[in-house]
Amino acid sequence: MSSASDHALGRGAERAVLSIPLLALVAVAGWGRLAARELHAATLPTMADTASADVGVLSWAIAARPGARLLRVCADPNNMPFTNRAGEGFENRLAELVAGEMHADLQYTWWAQRRGFIRNTLKAGSCDVVMGVPTSFEMVAATRPYYRSTYVFVTRADAPFRVGSFDDPVLRRLRIGVQIIGDDYANTPPAHALSKRGIVGNVHGYTVYGDYSQPNPPARIIDAVAKGDIDVAVVWGPLGGWYARHEAVKLRVVPVSPQIELPFLPFVFDISMGVRRQDAALRDTLDAILVRRRAAVDSILERYAVPRAGQPALPNVS
Amino acid sequence: MLASQKLLCGTSDAPARMSRCAMLLTVVAALGTTGCLKEKSDDRPVTAAVSSSASNASGLPTIAAAATSADDGQWLMPQKDYANSRYSALAEITPENAKNLKLAFTFSTGVLRGHEAPPLVVGSTMYVVTPFPNYLYALDLSKPGAPIKWRYDPRADMSAQGVACCDVVNRGAVYSGGKIIYNTLDGHTVAVDANDGHEVWNTKVANINLGESITMAPLVAKGKVFVGNSGGEFGVRGWLTALDAGSGKIAWRAYSTGPDSDVLIGSRYKPFYPQDQGKDLGVKSWPGDAWRIGGGTVWGWLAYDPELDLLYYGTGNPGPWNPDQRPGDNKFSSGIFARDPDDGQAVWYYQWSPHDMFDYDGINEQTLLDMQMGGQTRKVLVRAERNGYVYVLDRTTGEVLSATPFGFVNTSKGVDLKTGRLIYAMDKAPQMGQVVRDVCPSSPGMKDWQPSAYSPRTGLLYLPHQNLCMDHESVEASYIAGTPYVGMISKFYPGPGGKRGVYQAWDIVNRKEKWSIPEEFPVWSGTLATAGDVVFYGTMDGWFKAVDARNGTLLWSFKTGSGIIGQPITYRGPDGKQYVAIESGVGGWAGAIVAGPIDPRDSTAALGFVNAMKDLPKASTKGGMLYVFSL
Repeated sequence: MSSASDHALGRGAERAVLSIPLLALVAVAGWGRLAARELHAATLPTMADTASADVGVLSWAIAARPGARLLRVCADPNNMPFTNRAGEGFENRLAELVAGEMHADLQYTWWAQRRGFIRNTLKAGSCDVVMGVPTSFEMVAATRPYYRSTYVFVTRADAPFRVGSFDDPVLRRLRIGVQIIGDDYANTPPAHALSKRGIVGNVHGYTVYGDYSQPNPPARIIDAVAKGDIDVAVVWGPLGGWYARHEAVKLRVVPVSPQIELPFLPFVFDISMGVRRQDAALRDTLDAILVRRRAAVDSILERYAVPRAGQPALPNVS
Repeated sequence: MLASQKLLCGTSDAPARMSRCAMLLTVVAALGTTGCLKEKSDDRPVTAAVSSSASNASGLPTIAAAATSADDGQWLMPQKDYANSRYSALAEITPENAKNLKLAFTFSTGVLRGHEAPPLVVGSTMYVVTPFPNYLYALDLSKPGAPIKWRYDPRADMSAQGVACCDVVNRGAVYSGGKIIYNTLDGHTVAVDANDGHEVWNTKVANINLGESITMAPLVAKGKVFVGNSGGEFGVRGWLTALDAGSGKIAWRAYSTGPDSDVLIGSRYKPFYPQDQGKDLGVKSWPGDAWRIGGGTVWGWLAYDPELDLLYYGTGNPGPWNPDQRPGDNKFSSGIFARDPDDGQAVWYYQWSPHDMFDYDGINEQTLLDMQMGGQTRKVLVRAERNGYVYVLDRTTGEVLSATPFGFVNTSKGVDLKTGRLIYAMDKAPQMGQVVRDVCPSSPGMKDWQPSAYSPRTGLLYLPHQNLCMDHESVEASYIAGTPYVGMISKFYPGPGGKRGVYQAWDIVNRKEKWSIPEEFPVWSGTLATAGDVVFYGTMDGWFKAVDARNGTLLWSFKTGSGIIGQPITYRGPDGKQYVAIESGVGGWAGAIVAGPIDPRDSTAALGFVNAMKDLPKASTKGGMLYVFSL
């Protein structure tokens, strides 16, 4: 716990800085409710009422050792199968792997992965690496890609239809779920692919943000398939792969086709780790680990049923 | 000429008395006299003539009489009055003496994010509400240096910062019935005792876990507090809610999308144009159930006409779908409602930007004026809209009387006055996977939230706004669930002329610019008009300016510590002098590059705004500070 106190978190830093030295004080003296609330408000970066109620500090370290190197990871505490506060996601596993290779202690800064995530975590300097970003992501320096996944169709295994392509005529009469983001008109690729084909009226949007007081809000769209609210969901592979295993009913996961629609609408993306642009040394370290421990990385992805679409492309030499 | 006349009904210090005075004004105006009851005064001419008189004589539009506030010593709501005039009859500061303006006192808010709020002045106390964490300070104007009387902390949820899209701003508080009432970013409306700062009530009205936040300034009328939500960026569904001003209890909520029962559309609903008539348009103008997350948030300015008993407010853009994915007009987004404040029932609606394709929220301020048109007095509402037009609407019916571009517009070709519809230029519509270049105005529009002011002495609407175009690419980099947000590909850059900001005096009657001042950065501050014929505004590089209201001559300027995106006000101090106050503290959407450390190398950050603002960090640093000036 003590290692958590060496950084402030997020915006409103003046409050965080003020209250962090109080951590120990509160813990020892057991200040009244007022003080506790102040502390909670000042240090909890997430939106989760339920998801965060159990932890009163913004980050924690495993086996903190004085003087040891720190791997500070920016992560969402409520976003399986990627990360959660209990450390159950595949990006948690990857972070542990990397920390082990670096002989570093692992420390998380938790922040909901909404707009502003990078700004409030990595760019604010409260952590140093984001475990999963698109390789082409402009806001960070990306490592070499360590996997390539694809959007997938998720249906119930007992569904009387099969769907594997956006051009499948059955899509015109199915209830289709897609994830949508914000009002700035850049949406998930499946939403664009469907509207391009005039498939609009039977498409249901699930905000990727969902209700953050519920566990893993991006998973609601998969729940909807399991419950029969929709016939098919078109989601990013890792989400589909993981929840297909964990829903009460059996689900079928099929990669979408085509992989890239012309003129340029890809459904397949390479994923990297991301660091601040000026942290070239850390990026090089991570790159070396990704090469050295490629088998271990693949094994983690395998365990979490992350659908892979071939090997990721080699990065541009920068 | 009328500068030495003092308004009898203008000395009340409470909103309760305002309405009585307003009634009197109405009667007097109806009698066609030269204005409210006035007396000759030998006092220093702090207060100038009541607006209606000066204007009637000259044929200029008047501020809707019932919606004016004759109480010019104080500043009780951000809009100054229900008409949204932001006009004060204080006249001590004039073009002749403005050069003698000097700093009276300052106050640091201790908050570093964008300061968009105006201070309020009630009696001898000034109230300052900050951006998140939304502190409220009371400053004692009766003592030298205006020391702090108390500070109220709403203990807003830290996590709310994660759901606000652009900056954690607050656009102001309102005074009513002994209470200061305002909204917190985490979705609460709070009422605080104006005397001692204790919390009277605190009502949670929005759910931050769903992406809802609140940044707007509430309006209080007829015993109700009107509050709307923000968060269109997160696919929330917009609404306006009325709370009981005494208890904070929610009285009604009117959604911007969905069935008539949710939108509070009933038998009284009589929109002017056929496209707005029909059952459940809030459902039928969307595909499937897209209306459920259809946006139309209510984060801008409200106005109220006590005579017509109508509340006016705009709705935000439709969301979160790409335009191709939501064929239809997407009602009731990007439009304006007139409602009964008692039960929320809609009376009319007009849509500025049907099926919006450019992020043109329809939430700007509307100024309620009475003006001569075709030989008769029309009760109008003037709106400088995001899509680039100054609209004049009949505020009784919602009919568009005129719509005139106030800058360079190429996303549309005009407004058809027969049908009321905006005529889009389809060559500027977003094309999937293609870059559409030179789209003007860009997403923040010709003018965003930053409120204008109207002087009945000049007939000019003072418009702070921007001059930005954009290249728009609707897809390429798409969102991948579970990874950080990639963002839309839009790049903003200066429009024709090369300057990003404009401070413009708009002649409402002749529908053309009277004069304008180009500014290097978008003019993201509000503005203030005074009867001394001096208008005030601020720039993002920190200059607070006094300008001659008649010809735009710069009279005085002062360099504040940070960029200015706040709203200037004026008041009469306990010593009888006229003061002008502004909060400095850069931020907001335009200033996010300073207030939130965004990487200027990422041209699409802050929804494309960063590209147009790369040099702002060199011109301004962050920091919230109140500045108060007097002669």
